[in-house]
Amino acid sequence: MTAPLLSVEGVSVELPTPRGALRAVDNVDLALAPGRTLGIVGESGCGKTMLSRAILQLLPKRARLGGRVMFAGRDLTNLPAEALRRLRGPELAVVFQDPMTSLNPVLTIGTQIIETLQAHLGMDAAAAATRGVELLAAVGIPAPAQRLRQYPHQLSGGMRQRVAIAIALSCEPKLLIADEPTTALDVTVQAQILDLLAREQQRRHMAMILITHDLGVVAGRTDEVAVMYAGRIVERAPTSRLFAGMRMPYTEALLAAIPKLDSPPHTPLPAIAGRPPDPTRPLAGCSFAPRCRYADGRCRAAKPPLGDPERAGTLYACWHPLGLSESASA
Amino acid sequence: MAVLDIEVDTAVVSPVRKRRRVGALFLAAVAWIVLIGLAAALAGALPIVSPTDMDILARRAPPGAEHWLGTDQLGRDEFSRLIYGARISLTVGLLAPVIGVLIGGSLGMLAGYFRGRFETLTVGGVDVLLAFPPLVFVLAVTAYLGQSVLNITLVIGVLGIPAFTRVARAVTLSLSEREFVVAARALGATHARILLRELLPNVALPLVAFFLLGVAVTIVVEGALSFLGLGVPPPAPSWGSMIAEGRENLDIAPWLAFLPALFMFLSVLAFNIVGDTLRALTDPRPGAL
Amino acid sequence: MTALLSIENLTVEYAVGGKALFAVSDVSLEVGRGETLGLVGESGCGKSTLGRAVLQLRRPTGGRVTFDGTELTRLDGEALRLMRRRLQLIFQDPIASLNPRRSIGDIVAEPLVITGVVDRGERERRVRDVLAAVGLDADLVMGRLPHEFSGGQCQRICIARALILEPELVICDEPVSALDVSIRAQILNLLEDMKRRYGLTLLFIAHDLAVVKAVSDRIAVMYLGRLCEVGPTEQLFARPAHPYTALLLEAIPVPDPTVKPAANLAAGEPPSPLDPPSGCRFRTRCPRADQTCADVVPELREIAVGQFAACHHPLG
Ligand SMILES: Nc1ncnc2c1ncn2[C@@H]1O[C@H](COP(=O)(O)OP(=O)(O)OP(=O)(O)O)[C@@H](O)[C@H]1O
Ligand code: SF4
Ligand code: SF4
Ligand SMILES: [Mg+2]
Repeated sequence: MTAPLLSVEGVSVELPTPRGALRAVDNVDLALAPGRTLGIVGESGCGKTMLSRAILQLLPKRARLGGRVMFAGRDLTNLPAEALRRLRGPELAVVFQDPMTSLNPVLTIGTQIIETLQAHLGMDAAAAATRGVELLAAVGIPAPAQRLRQYPHQLSGGMRQRVAIAIALSCEPKLLIADEPTTALDVTVQAQILDLLAREQQRRHMAMILITHDLGVVAGRTDEVAVMYAGRIVERAPTSRLFAGMRMPYTEALLAAIPKLDSPPHTPLPAIAGRPPDPTRPLAGCSFAPRCRYADGRCRAAKPPLGDPERAGTLYACWHPLGLSESASA
Repeated sequence: MAVLDIEVDTAVVSPVRKRRRVGALFLAAVAWIVLIGLAAALAGALPIVSPTDMDILARRAPPGAEHWLGTDQLGRDEFSRLIYGARISLTVGLLAPVIGVLIGGSLGMLAGYFRGRFETLTVGGVDVLLAFPPLVFVLAVTAYLGQSVLNITLVIGVLGIPAFTRVARAVTLSLSEREFVVAARALGATHARILLRELLPNVALPLVAFFLLGVAVTIVVEGALSFLGLGVPPPAPSWGSMIAEGRENLDIAPWLAFLPALFMFLSVLAFNIVGDTLRALTDPRPGAL
Repeated sequence: MTALLSIENLTVEYAVGGKALFAVSDVSLEVGRGETLGLVGESGCGKSTLGRAVLQLRRPTGGRVTFDGTELTRLDGEALRLMRRRLQLIFQDPIASLNPRRSIGDIVAEPLVITGVVDRGERERRVRDVLAAVGLDADLVMGRLPHEFSGGQCQRICIARALILEPELVICDEPVSALDVSIRAQILNLLEDMKRRYGLTLLFIAHDLAVVKAVSDRIAVMYLGRLCEVGPTEQLFARPAHPYTALLLEAIPVPDPTVKPAANLAAGEPPSPLDPPSGCRFRTRCPRADQTCADVVPELREIAVGQFAACHHPLG
């Protein structure tokens, strides 16, 4: 096994709120080898974005970070700002949910790509422009030379996301974090963007973290999946193993909530009742207990630790893991 | 299997009232406005001498027991004149923006909501009014109608209409596109109801903040007009005319110009602080997380 | 089944920079009483415009909309206002569709006030009933403002507001697109439940075929303002006739790693609606396109019982 490119060790993020400290990320451990892909799945508010921001060291000012983020042998949490700045781009890159917020609305996309290339790779303007056209072509933008002169608002949402990906890829990063890159897009465009990310990831042998709320998105496109709930990782396993037999009732419920193509219309969906717990009022027991149909007294009293009792590479945090026979996948 | 999860959602955010922290500055500003306002309103009942009584023997008297803040070049009590001056400054300062907010606000909302020809007309009218040199307008009106508190208020009020129209129209335009307005239309709400119940509560806040700014600006404008001799006619005191008169005695009795200037400065500052704080306080969204 | 809503040759035009943008071109559809018709298509294909044109919130440039025997396209002013109570709309962005400065109780009661229910007691009773029906605790929510609720809860509130007048037709414009998978299932179930309870007819707009399938009896597929295919849900899924329907089907992410995602979806994006392709509007992305497709606009014709497609070279 190769040494991990990224290892997240006991990372916690706390945000002060008027209602008390909000523990957005709670003691998360992750490791990612070079060239591998990890999917992080969870509902909105479960801490996915805060975790990715903790990795990128882009937390809000008031946030308190605990633990270590080791990236290529360096601890990002105590790297000086200037060193961090130089890492972003050539080593670490990110694609956000809404490309409108990551692209500057008053600059042409050409300017934005070319400036990135000049700043990080020290290219001259002509070389950067040529490279910019190549990059746009690589992310599937027709007539790339003309597009360089356009502004973000002149492009469709899908095109904008392609441009954001082109900028993220421009310095050949070792790790790309894609935070809900397709949530704002149509299904057809979503499929195209996911294909694009997968293709470029393989071609460049780049490690990638794909964050989403939809298990369907990570299924065919990641090596490993981590499911997050209420700030913690509750299940983590190689993708094929996870879908073949999930141990955690929450993962099962998330999967069941997706409308199935082969069930007839008007089949009621097994929705997960209720909502995640208030993150400023952590529960004593399992955070999923109020919504879990297997919950009992033990679940409500004690928090199950994340572990791999079967020694099979599947980590989960549950007192009553689902049996192998209970495979939920269709 | 329990599939129809029409559960009653009790996990609604627990009822924590946002703690609204107001600073000492805000309280001081409110206190100043209240103090000045009360003094101005009750000036007639206060045990102070008349602002027009001349004490010929004590002209330009320094502050002392008899005249707390001294007297001006005609021997009139400075303290009394400041308080009666507040009366005029505040009357004009509060009433003129009321004209702006009522007329400008309504025009702006109607223009932003109905669009079309009405909007074109309103915007055109506003531009014409803005293009008109304000000083000429003031001169024309006072020459024709005479200098009085009422006329000054009207003039400044009318001059303020364009600004309020613009603010109201811009806010209404952006709100009219919002889904909750479309939703109200889909429910069959009348235009009047949409304007009053859906739009007004949302337009009112920026308008009130702007109104307080308008008060501050009007106090300055009224002062400037009086300073130029275009304001309230003597012998009635106004802060502006007091500064103008005090200017002539800057070397002998500097407080005669500084005191009204200080009062004006503090009042303008106070209205600005209150306006800003109110805007921040009444925003329904919690602070960005 | 009698048609509750019938749309005939509906055309809606926007003026964009002096040019005409045909957001909806010559669309004809019928929705039977008690039926759910799903309307799918990519962003910008005119789904929302169609929904709003049905309610006359955006006046159509041509064609007719008939609701329960009354031609809405001819109604005006007061008559239209009265008619609108029988048709309701639910939006994609649940938070934006609630007035940020009014309490939930006030928002949900608003339709009653508009229709002249003056008795406060009755209003409150009905608000409580409908809030309970959508799964909210009236005591906890009525006094609060919209920003205190999550997206899923706001959508429940919107549904409550739409249902309080007991309308006959509800147009749901992407009601779950902004929601997480888990909340999405709750809202879809809720809509199904409400449909039964209030005897609703639904026009359900979405860009995700999987979501539409879960609730629709029939599905209509739109592309660049035109109708591509209409048919019974299961039939459409089993045997899509229009290549665009097939593309939409392939794009659905399948939560199963053994099913490899369909390759070759990189067939571009819809062209600009300001300058749509001649003939079949889908031809720039269609693997089957030929000269006929460029020359002749395909008419909607019956491919199988109840299934219509507008294509010169239908699949299957
Ligand atoms: N007010 C408007 N003025 C001009 N053009 C408009 C307006 N509203 C919509 N359009 C255009 O009309 C076309 C259809 O828009 P519409 O909103 O109906 O699409 P949609 O299918 O609902 O898309 P989405 O999935 O993004 O909601 C688009 O090209 C859009 O840009
Ligand atoms: S620990 Fe208990 S409550 Fe938590 S997921 Fe497992 S069974 Fe459910
Ligand atoms: S008409 Fe031609 S271009 Fe259009 S969908 Fe059919 S085969 Fe494709
Ligand atoms: Mg839409």
